[in-house]
Amino acid sequence: MSTDTMLEVRDIKRDYELPGGFMKPKKTIHAVKGVSFKLERGKTLAIVGESGCGKSTLARMITFIDEPTAGDLIIDGQKMDTRPGHLTSEMRQKVQIVFQNPYGSLNPRQKIGDVLGEPLLINTDMSANDRRDRATEMLIKVGLGPEHYNRYPHMFSGGQRQRIAIARALMMNPKLLVLDEPVSALDLSVQAQVLNLLADLQDEFNLTYVFISHDLSVVRYIADEVMVMYFGEAVEYGTRDEVFSAPKHEYTQTLFKATPKADVESIRARVAAKKAASAA
Amino acid sequence: MSLLQIDNLTVEFETSTGWFRAVDGVSVSVDNAEVLAIVGESGSGKSVSMLAVMGLLPATAKITADRMLFEGQDIQKLSGSERRKLIGKDIAMIFQEPVASLNPCFTVGFQIEEVLRIHLGLDKKARRARAIELFKLVGLPNPEERLNAYPHQMSGGQCQRVMIAIAIACDPKLLIADEPTTALDVTIQKQILDLIMDLQARTGMGLIMITHDMGVVAETADRVVVQYKGRKMEEADVLSLFENPQSNYTKALLAALPENATGDRLTTVSDFFDGNPEPAPTASATGVNA
Amino acid sequence: MADATITQKAAEPVSTAQMRRQMLKEFWFYFSENRGAVIGLYVFVALVFVAVFASVLAPHSPFEQYRDAVLKPPAWVAGGSWTYVLGTDPIGRDILSRLIYGAQYSLFVGLVVTTLSLVAGIVVGVIAGYYRGWVDTVIMRLMDMILAIPSLLLALVLVTILGAGLNSAMIAIAVTLQPHFVRLTRAAVMAEKSRDYVTAARIAGASPLRLMFRTILPNCTAPLIVQATMSFSNAILDLAALGFLGMGVQPPSPEWGTMLAEAREFILRAWWVVTFPGLAILITVLAINLMGDGLRDALDPKLKRS
Repeated sequence: MSTDTMLEVRDIKRDYELPGGFMKPKKTIHAVKGVSFKLERGKTLAIVGESGCGKSTLARMITFIDEPTAGDLIIDGQKMDTRPGHLTSEMRQKVQIVFQNPYGSLNPRQKIGDVLGEPLLINTDMSANDRRDRATEMLIKVGLGPEHYNRYPHMFSGGQRQRIAIARALMMNPKLLVLDEPVSALDLSVQAQVLNLLADLQDEFNLTYVFISHDLSVVRYIADEVMVMYFGEAVEYGTRDEVFSAPKHEYTQTLFKATPKADVESIRARVAAKKAASAA
Repeated sequence: MSLLQIDNLTVEFETSTGWFRAVDGVSVSVDNAEVLAIVGESGSGKSVSMLAVMGLLPATAKITADRMLFEGQDIQKLSGSERRKLIGKDIAMIFQEPVASLNPCFTVGFQIEEVLRIHLGLDKKARRARAIELFKLVGLPNPEERLNAYPHQMSGGQCQRVMIAIAIACDPKLLIADEPTTALDVTIQKQILDLIMDLQARTGMGLIMITHDMGVVAETADRVVVQYKGRKMEEADVLSLFENPQSNYTKALLAALPENATGDRLTTVSDFFDGNPEPAPTASATGVNA
Repeated sequence: MADATITQKAAEPVSTAQMRRQMLKEFWFYFSENRGAVIGLYVFVALVFVAVFASVLAPHSPFEQYRDAVLKPPAWVAGGSWTYVLGTDPIGRDILSRLIYGAQYSLFVGLVVTTLSLVAGIVVGVIAGYYRGWVDTVIMRLMDMILAIPSLLLALVLVTILGAGLNSAMIAIAVTLQPHFVRLTRAAVMAEKSRDYVTAARIAGASPLRLMFRTILPNCTAPLIVQATMSFSNAILDLAALGFLGMGVQPPSPEWGTMLAEAREFILRAWWVVTFPGLAILITVLAINLMGDGLRDALDPKLKRS
């Protein structure tokens, strides 16, 4: 089913140049060293890795915030011209992003209604009333109410802000949503609500997700496919069950081992081991 | 006798809309060689109560408690200088942001030796030797060289190791770890937790682990206190908490863990509180500790 | 559905007004914690009142020369009279009336100079902070050059070129004050630019102009407001200094600095001719600076919170 590929990334690379000082040569950092994958419409790809592994850089390239140094980006069957200024707004609208930190991603001086209406104001010639209706509709869709339209971001909790950020990303009917650690800054109970919301929205709009995370338990819950990144390279890539049941790469195994286990069996084993140690 | 015993602690802050109660009648106690986890989400007051014990809250905070005993000594009655002698020596603390907790202007060696000078009054040579010994203990490679490094030259995990070295420099009887691994990657988190638990087992100090992460609780704690909006919801040993949670808030928290997901949607906290949104503490949690 | 829209429309104006009141209340809570700031505010409001109603409040005309009452001391000193409460100057003009009219000059100059330098500084600073690179380098080196010359000296040079008078004095002062706004705006813009909400607006397709002035700038206002109050008082001081040197407002206008300059030779003989204009400058500048302090307290934590 190659026709239903939503996103294809071919050998994408990103280098950063650190300016060299006096008598010092320029230094090049390879943040992403040639990553390729294909993602079907309506599916979720989780990209896992630790800080500095290049997963956020990859997200920024897919959402056209950063320009790739090399490689191709094919979205919805169309090869993207990622050079700045060559991107049509129609292409831009197909991909949206939700950031990690809900406290930094909303303009503190902008009312929620304006946050949601801004993409429409810039990209369409909808009337103010139509924009308002659409924003209100979207607020309800993400579990908030019309009464929130006129409020400022600081009046909302972290989870509510993340809902607003998701609503903003959906305003232009995108097909692909890049979620850059959308729940890592949230409390456990709120995290569950936001994850459920994302699952609901995926079903309703047939959205394709690229889900960036460092939390394996969340990934296991939400992903169809998993890619593990380590120092700019994809060291492991497969379906969720493949990766979780039989991790091939050494780093993936380390990662699994390091994740805290909260099941009763592991706790019982640990408590027993501790008792034995103190008795000895 | 408990190492640290706090009865009915209340902490309030003044805001533009009146007094805000961050901690509401919480009682906590830790024994020697015991690991107590205080778990809660943001706004649960889990950090504030320990900062109150350390005397690290701003002067505008109103702190009241029936009792605040450390080794039978009333902390509330201590003068400023007596309290300073106790804190950093017998009670030590490590924080969430390891890089921000170290002074960027001084080498890490200077910062650890400062603690040794103030609290133990060691001479220069002894300080150096002890610092190297401590760095070895927390698993920092090349301790002699590391002493001359500045915090920005080290990774987050290494900075947290330095913080731990500083915290255990004076062989504290109680270590308070406030989200020590939240800012770190999973593999580094594992190493740091292992280090803390190893040091705790070896020295037999009491340990209070403040965290929001149920996984960390499961991997470290003997006993657990669950807090919500400044109130204690439940107190239990770690196994019975996970096996048979009593308070509906704890139940909700455990059900919200993605690894406990059943079906294709997660159970959320609000699923548990249909009709009565405020979770209620269990009977055992409200009673004052004997 | 219709029901929902009605309640929604009805509820909105209330909630917006309530929100404003709530924000104002919060602002006042933090502002009023600073006692000095509140006193400064009262003094400033009184000053504005005096300036606006100068023609009603002043007992005499500021230009009328009472030849029979030259260098009269203040009323409470021997030889003084209640006709001229703060005494008269060497050519018999009532000092109190002149001071009251002088408040108009000071406030007008403060307002115009602050507005001029604020607007220019913001535009230049936003451009420098947003585009960085060579644009930034050129702008900032230019600002460094302006800052490297003592401000009064620079103002004097500019006034000599433009010709003495109120307008050229205001332009000259605005030029010397504007680099501070440029620096402050640039720093704030650079800090805000890297935040996610700016990236989000960029993804939505916002143009650079929109990003600069609609998205980023409103989040940089707090330090600018504080700096603006400081500039206000600086402008008053500089104007007085220029007036004292004879390069600002020209006599017989009752500007405080000019009054000081005219009275220079009588300092030893008649203390009141210099004391009262000097006190007027001191109190005004002090009040505005205190107010600026309170504004910083009230506005800064607000930014940190959201």
